Amino acid sequence: MATSLETKEEPSLEARTARLWKHLQEALDADELENCMRCGFCQPACPTFQETGYEAASPRGRIALMKAVKDGFLVPDEAFRSQLDLCLGCRACEPACPSGVRYGRLLEQAREALAAHAPTPWPIRLARKVVFAGVFPHPRRLQRLGRLLRFYQTSGLQRVVRKSGLLRLLPAHLRDMEAVLPVPSPRGVVETIGTRIPAKGAPVATVGLFRGCVMDVLYTETNVNLARLLSEAGFEVIIPPEQTCCGALHAHTGDTALARQLARRNIAAFRRAGVDFVVLAAGGCGAMLQEYAHLLPDDEGARWMGERVRDASQLLASCGRPLPLGRVEATVTYQDSCHLRNVMGVHREVRQLLSSIPGVTFRELPEADRCCGSAGVYNLTQPEMAGRILERKMGHVARLSPDLVATGNPGCLLQMQLGLHRAGLDGAVRAMHWVDVVAEALDAAPR
Amino acid sequence: MGKLPDAAKRELLAALGADHVRDDPEALVAYSYDATPLVQAMPDAVVFPGSTEEVAAVLRIASRYGIPVIPRGSGTNLSAGTVPVAGGIVLVLTRLNRILEIDEENLTATVQPGVITQHLHQTVEARGLFYPPDPGSMRIATIGGNIAECAGGLRGLKYGTTKDYVLGLEAVLMSGEVIRTGGKLVKDVAGYDLTRLLVGSEGTLAVITEATLRLLPKPEHRKVMSALFDDLYGAARAVSSIIAHRIIPCTLEFMDRATVQVVEDYARVGLPTDIAAFLLIEQDGPEAVVERDLQRIAAICEACGAREVRVAATEEEGEALRTARRAALSALARLRPTTILEDATVPRAQIAPMVERITQIAKKYDLLICTFGHAGDGNLHPTCPTDARDPDEIARVEQAFEEIFAAAIELGGTITGEHGVGAVKAPYLEWKVGAAGLEVLKGIKRAFDPQGLLNPGKIFPPDGRKRKVIHRVPHVHA
Ligand SMILES: Cc1cc2nc3c(=O)[nH]c(=O)nc-3n(C[C@H](O)[C@H](O)[C@H](O)COP(=O)(O)OP(=O)(O)OC[C@H]3O[C@@H](n4cnc5c(N)ncnc54)[C@H](O)[C@@H]3O)c2cc1C
Ligand code: SF4
Ligand code: SF4
Repeated sequence: MATSLETKEEPSLEARTARLWKHLQEALDADELENCMRCGFCQPACPTFQETGYEAASPRGRIALMKAVKDGFLVPDEAFRSQLDLCLGCRACEPACPSGVRYGRLLEQAREALAAHAPTPWPIRLARKVVFAGVFPHPRRLQRLGRLLRFYQTSGLQRVVRKSGLLRLLPAHLRDMEAVLPVPSPRGVVETIGTRIPAKGAPVATVGLFRGCVMDVLYTETNVNLARLLSEAGFEVIIPPEQTCCGALHAHTGDTALARQLARRNIAAFRRAGVDFVVLAAGGCGAMLQEYAHLLPDDEGARWMGERVRDASQLLASCGRPLPLGRVEATVTYQDSCHLRNVMGVHREVRQLLSSIPGVTFRELPEADRCCGSAGVYNLTQPEMAGRILERKMGHVARLSPDLVATGNPGCLLQMQLGLHRAGLDGAVRAMHWVDVVAEALDAAPR
Repeated sequence: MGKLPDAAKRELLAALGADHVRDDPEALVAYSYDATPLVQAMPDAVVFPGSTEEVAAVLRIASRYGIPVIPRGSGTNLSAGTVPVAGGIVLVLTRLNRILEIDEENLTATVQPGVITQHLHQTVEARGLFYPPDPGSMRIATIGGNIAECAGGLRGLKYGTTKDYVLGLEAVLMSGEVIRTGGKLVKDVAGYDLTRLLVGSEGTLAVITEATLRLLPKPEHRKVMSALFDDLYGAARAVSSIIAHRIIPCTLEFMDRATVQVVEDYARVGLPTDIAAFLLIEQDGPEAVVERDLQRIAAICEACGAREVRVAATEEEGEALRTARRAALSALARLRPTTILEDATVPRAQIAPMVERITQIAKKYDLLICTFGHAGDGNLHPTCPTDARDPDEIARVEQAFEEIFAAAIELGGTITGEHGVGAVKAPYLEWKVGAAGLEVLKGIKRAFDPQGLLNPGKIFPPDGRKRKVIHRVPHVHA
């Protein structure tokens, strides 16, 4: 028995590092590393470089670190890990790169290796286990959690807790989050409107709506509005109920195995529905669905999915019938979702839709193309850097002083709400999903 | 160099604070390279001074302990100018990034060296002023790096290069003493022109800590056109003829057949792939002058046998033409993993013979070498897409470039027009300046830096002539 106890003992730090080193050397793509010509063109696009001015905190620097690890002269120590942790994964560096280096892949390869070897701090491990694996893939559980949150917010418990001062036990960034979390809807989009919404008039195409996991609990109303807009524009909308979480958070934090599982379930669900397009209004999920082919290289279904994924703005702006929009008198600005812009390449469409609303004055937010610091769970794991990035963003918002800031991704929307709250702007400026803004205009149309 | 002496490290920490002195492996790797392919070497420490006094303190400490110091801006140079080939301290100047003054009466800007060139452009243009030097790397490169390399750009033909805009400098000598050269004066002949001497000195004479730059009024209008040629000599004649007609366009850019083919293949900008040369021409100034000049240039191009001349009717069309030239770098960079971009320059009239020589040399060594560049000033960028992991091919690349530099000199040109000598072209400097010239340069170096500690291994040839590839010289301290 003594031996079995011994084998359970944690390997020494050196042994773990050596194993990680080997894993990284095998996993990191040599071609991709070699493609970087170190021109530095990616640096102005990188928020962590802009904040620190430190070469290692830039895409060029991170690639150099990975290359040094691959080449065998940099030990992948704690500093290496934390430099990669500091990366938002916003991929603003990719469109800026003349060599076409696919930084996102290198980052994923490195993170997968890191996740497999080095110990993750227990709160993060616990959170991942409970939330990423235990909740996100299960819509029912997520809804139950949502109902719990709703109960907390609406039963008076939140008031009691806030008064009691208990919240002071939480770190500041979590306390702020508690303050801005929207009240979850008791029912998801399918429970609200069913699985098939016919097109208004002659159908243009059949689309499968990807509802997202957190999106469907925290922003169900947005999904409901999305289905309405699509139907109004002439799309028949199908919402396959077997669909699950897209797996982005899992892939970005190194849990590729679970990400693949989720991808397969989604592919099966949408293929069975036989749709022309898979549509959604969550940039993070959209980019992930588009990259399923990279996650499952030999899977024909993944390619099928990749070719059909569209952000809702793409469909509404170019192939649907024009929406009959009424007046909304407001100055509107827009914060890009990184994955929507940098991976899916969508940025003109949303601006076009917002500008097309009668009464709306659209004004461009300076550095709108720059990450807001939300980046999956980044604002929880890197509160300091996320805070600095958000503060800079809110500086721009305050100077522009619009009536509302629109976004195209639930994570960014929550981050905007958080930012406005911290900057004391929550009364003056509203943060909204662009879908809800357009839906408001639709409602305002004389019928 | 080995590890930094403990005492030196303690003194650096005392002078700059713990946040601004690094010698951990991460920082050493991150400052072991610049934009030059194939060259990398590890420093012993990296420091980030926040003021002229701190720069002086670092240099004093380094002098005392005999440690090399390598000044660094954004590390975008293409001659290994910031690679610490002899170890030592990399002195990063990016924290000194303030625009100190814009003097609208004297038309000058006084800036710290870490200001990003594009930031200066935006700031002065918002006031209707103009700082012409515009290297292709201006979104990332620093003014200090521009001055130390005497950077040129697309507007070099009409407006000159960085050296034409530096009026005065503050710089720190290796001894830690601070000197000031020039000033806001338009006329100044007191003694040798140290300002000019420091421009293009590649961080080997002194560390620039402040610069006063000349500004111009911003041109009112600008417009572009493109011309396609079936014959290289026709394009070259057009370039000479435009200038002989006393028209100086602000930009006169060139791409050869190989470049056009790669660009078209990648960007699909609508260029015919059987042409011998592409010219992009831009003029700025009062609208009437711009219109008149472009019409005259179009006529000249046609007279020189241009197959097609297109003057942009709208700003969008103009952007599309510029995009064709700008796509060159991306197109070449995506072709093969490693991109070696060189910088041979010849007199304008020799452009066609030079391009032909490059084409022959590429054929001889079985390489793809695409040539593009600033035709107006004879500054060509023969660029070789290759793969650093193929030692055979890299050896051929080295030989080919050696022949290309020799050809440039033979045609009355030089081994570098704007990228500097650095470490990679040091072996060829003597071809250009001669033995006596080299001795004068060495004497100047000794006068500024008797111990030879400031950016060693740059400009001056090491023993032997061959271009040395210092391929990854890691010494990591565990
Ligand atoms: C894609 C690309 C395009 C480019 N296009 C052009 C172009 O069109 N024209 C052109 O001329 N160059 C071009 N370059 C080269 C390069 O960008 C320039 O040489 C630029 O001026 C370097 O600036 P930097 O801040 O990056 O300096 P660095 O690369 O950091 O340093 C360059 C040299 O200056 C020295 N130095 C830096 N700061 C100081 C200081 N304050 N005091 C003393 N010495 C100092 C360094 O020791 C080094 O020798 C290009 C480079 C790339 C990668
Ligand atoms: S822009 Fe691309 S090639 Fe240039 S340094 Fe960044 S990643 Fe490397
Ligand atoms: S993904 Fe974003 S944060 Fe990370 S290196 Fe690229 S630009 Fe910087």
